[in-house]
Amino acid sequence: MSIALLAGPPPAQGMEGFAEHQQRLGSLPPATQLIDAIERSNLRGKGGAGFPVATKWRTVASQRSGTPVVLANGGEGEPLSRKDRVLMEQRPHLVIDGALVAAAAVDADDIVLYVGADHTGAMQAMHRAVIERSDAERARVRLVSAPVRYISGEETAAIHFINDGIALPMSIPPRPFERGVDGRPTLVQNVETLAHVALIARFGDDWYRSLGIGTASGTTLVTVGGAVPQTVLVEIPQGASVADAVNAAGGITSDSDAVLLGGYFGGWVESGTAWGLSLDADPLRQLGHSLGCGVIAVLPSGRCGVVETARILAYLAHESARQCGPCTFGLRAISAAAGRVAGLTATPGDLEHIQRWAGLLAGRGACHHPDGAAGLLASALRVFAGEFQLHYHDRRCSVVNTAAVAS
Amino acid sequence: MSDRVTLGIDRIKCDGHGVCADLVPELIELDDWGYPIIRGGPIPQSVLPHARRAVSGCPTLALRLQAVASRR
Repeated sequence: MSIALLAGPPPAQGMEGFAEHQQRLGSLPPATQLIDAIERSNLRGKGGAGFPVATKWRTVASQRSGTPVVLANGGEGEPLSRKDRVLMEQRPHLVIDGALVAAAAVDADDIVLYVGADHTGAMQAMHRAVIERSDAERARVRLVSAPVRYISGEETAAIHFINDGIALPMSIPPRPFERGVDGRPTLVQNVETLAHVALIARFGDDWYRSLGIGTASGTTLVTVGGAVPQTVLVEIPQGASVADAVNAAGGITSDSDAVLLGGYFGGWVESGTAWGLSLDADPLRQLGHSLGCGVIAVLPSGRCGVVETARILAYLAHESARQCGPCTFGLRAISAAAGRVAGLTATPGDLEHIQRWAGLLAGRGACHHPDGAAGLLASALRVFAGEFQLHYHDRRCSVVNTAAVAS
Repeated sequence: MSDRVTLGIDRIKCDGHGVCADLVPELIELDDWGYPIIRGGPIPQSVLPHARRAVSGCPTLALRLQAVASRR
């Protein structure tokens, strides 16, 4: 398995210091032609949306409304993800290098490192890493502690917090690249994305592409959880399969009918289909899937997909910023109905309502929070269709019944 | 540009008064909670005056006319 971001000292050693980082990888080269190299490397944003990185950088660089700012997003509010905090804990200098070279490429001056307040190890490592840098670099970098909330990592929420101390999404337009931190054009980029850039800047896009399998390019960080020995972070070549990632995490510990791909904003996939899926953005999208922020959660046998889905919807409804009506009321209603169906206490119309409402949320919030919930729900209604019917019409759960018989 | 405009909405400003759906039912219906579902695409000339009235009549100034290409 190719590794790149997590090459170097073993995890037990903790954070790689600046001297060791420089010795191992060499100094950061200038950003000359970097955007072209990123384009050829086909790097996509690793925060969840998977937007082409080179396109975003060109857009920011072309703005004329002020000197741009780089916002390295390490908020990582996704409950199933560990990748950003582990990366920051172990390789903070890759993230800082990526932010510095991004700033050079888009003519930005200031850099904001936005780190989830509960990621204490990551916060400490980033803090130490900033201190290890030169006065000139340190003067440009600001470390900001992000409030512990799912929505805090949403890009307009991050900007809102940095500007005004309110970590809630804002209406667009203006988009961050138009007006973001301090009202200036802002490049918001996930910390893993920036770490990849730090390597592409040093070793080039030919090298980066060679890390991938087949036509895929580079590597990606994946948090594997659920029916595996323990939740772990693995780095795998892009183009490897879901099965490869799960095997890298130690393999499955029980039978499994379904896999949650992409985390709470992702979707359920039948295991039989999931294992063979290639973890590469474009082919996945063509099949209607997404790796999102790099989460693979394997549903263990004995756990009900309907119940798990209802639990996630309850979480997402609770985490809504409650600024937009469809999210505040629609998501709450969906969550309540899904909870009743899962708990075998459905009232007439619940399932029909859920099915109809699932199609009503997308695109109807200032941010994509309702879209994520709707996507997850739609996938659950497909993958667990029979189980939903059983819960709703017969008030029965095949999984719980099995467990009851076994005990 | 006037023949290539669509309705945009600031979802945070919108409080679900529902005035817009009364003024341009051709373009807007309300969901189960009273919030507007907007028909996408360019607004036909014949409906444009009603759309303008909905924009100026929105109690929270959440509605706007915008070029078709820009999203939301």
